[in-house]
Amino acid sequence: MTPAVEVSAVAKGFTLHNQSGVQVNVLDDAKLTVAPGECVALGGASGSGKSTLLRLLAGNYLATEGSVRIAGTELVGAHPRTITALRRDTVGYVSQFLRVVPRVPAREVVAEPLLAAGTARDDAEAAAETLLARLNLPRPLWDLSPTTFSGGEQQRVNVARGFINAYPVLLLDEPTASLDAANRAVVLSMIEEAKARGAAIVGIFHDADARSSVCDRVVDVSAFTPADRR
Amino acid sequence: MTPLLDVSGLTKRYGSRIGCRDVSLDLIPGEVLGIVGESGSGKTTGLNCIASHLSPDAGRITYRGHDLIAMPEPERRRLMRAEWAFVHQNPADGLRMNVTAGGNVGERLMESGARHYGNIRGAASAWLERVEIDPARIDDRPTTFSGGMRQRLQIARALVTNPRIVLMDEPTGGLDVSVQARLLDLLKKLVHDMGLAAIVVTHDMGVVRLMADRLIVMKDGQVVEQGLTDQVLDDPQDAYSQLLVSSVLPV
Repeated sequence: MTPAVEVSAVAKGFTLHNQSGVQVNVLDDAKLTVAPGECVALGGASGSGKSTLLRLLAGNYLATEGSVRIAGTELVGAHPRTITALRRDTVGYVSQFLRVVPRVPAREVVAEPLLAAGTARDDAEAAAETLLARLNLPRPLWDLSPTTFSGGEQQRVNVARGFINAYPVLLLDEPTASLDAANRAVVLSMIEEAKARGAAIVGIFHDADARSSVCDRVVDVSAFTPADRR
Repeated sequence: MTPLLDVSGLTKRYGSRIGCRDVSLDLIPGEVLGIVGESGSGKTTGLNCIASHLSPDAGRITYRGHDLIAMPEPERRRLMRAEWAFVHQNPADGLRMNVTAGGNVGERLMESGARHYGNIRGAASAWLERVEIDPARIDDRPTTFSGGMRQRLQIARALVTNPRIVLMDEPTGGLDVSVQARLLDLLKKLVHDMGLAAIVVTHDMGVVRLMADRLIVMKDGQVVEQGLTDQVLDDPQDAYSQLLVSSVLPV
């Protein structure tokens, strides 16, 4: 079976041109293989490159060298349109940040990935409402812009947005960090359901209980720390 | 996919000074391209060359297989009037200020062949509503409108003829932040619903993050970096792009 996610020999460094050209190397010879239906946690101390690796998988960062394949598509050196198509059809990303036009209501923010994939507006909004209800976001908030929401409410909007399309690959950056026990349980059951339908999941979970309940294994990212930083 | 618009090697000089040099870009239907850079970086010069507001000194502009630069002037004007739209930073540059709101929108329909007065007025009224202007204001002149309303009226005038491509020069510039959010939401929806291809020139990183699929960074008349919008903003490779992104003041 083709791995859903396949990272090999990836190096990532940042050249800070406006800070004396300092070179910050974050990853060296990183590798990761995730099969459909598998959930892998990225582990390692703060600063070890977990977020960097997740962003490389999302096409948000450019790898310095190596290969990043998502569902068989190579990201390194890919045209931006390839990444756009991949994000529309294949990869869902739950980030810790919510970046939206301040006037758009939560319902629409959540429905947007389905609209982009061609679903009719009514169906997309109905699906968004189902998810928001499941995540216990109070109904009066559905018509409001999430820019004014609390951290936990924004996170649930982000989670709903990432899960609304049945993407084959899900990237989760601390999906339960700001949630209470009840909502954390909802998110964990959504992750289990995604695994059951065959989604490959890569996530960062600082919450050890959450990690052990849904993740099949942990990949320690500090193994990819470049020699000059050890 | 075959690009709708394909620009290569676009160069424009003002005497010995470079406006833009060797600018190449392409655009497919439904795609929004952002162009950022500081004042004088050549982004507006490039946009005006693409829009035929300026004639470039070198380069090719191919639109749906037509060589726009080689095309006879009347034919180019006809094609661009039917299929292109331009949104100016200053609404007064894109509107006729002494003509009513309805007239501003209806005039474009008449230019493209509409003759039935009732239909034209009906379409104008529907477009005012679409850009969130009370249709009761149809007989008022834009001089009586606020800045945000004027900008929305300009957008209605630009898009009423169902163009395939829209070029925008700082469309949210000069507006209050609250008005900007509304305009941005409106533009995003119109671009998506009409399946428009768009080029947005701006110095506002927030605008491109929310609107543009791809991003071009210009400096001293040249393209210094291009890529997926969030990648260029979050992992800029070029020294100038890094400076531009890191210079945005946090709020």
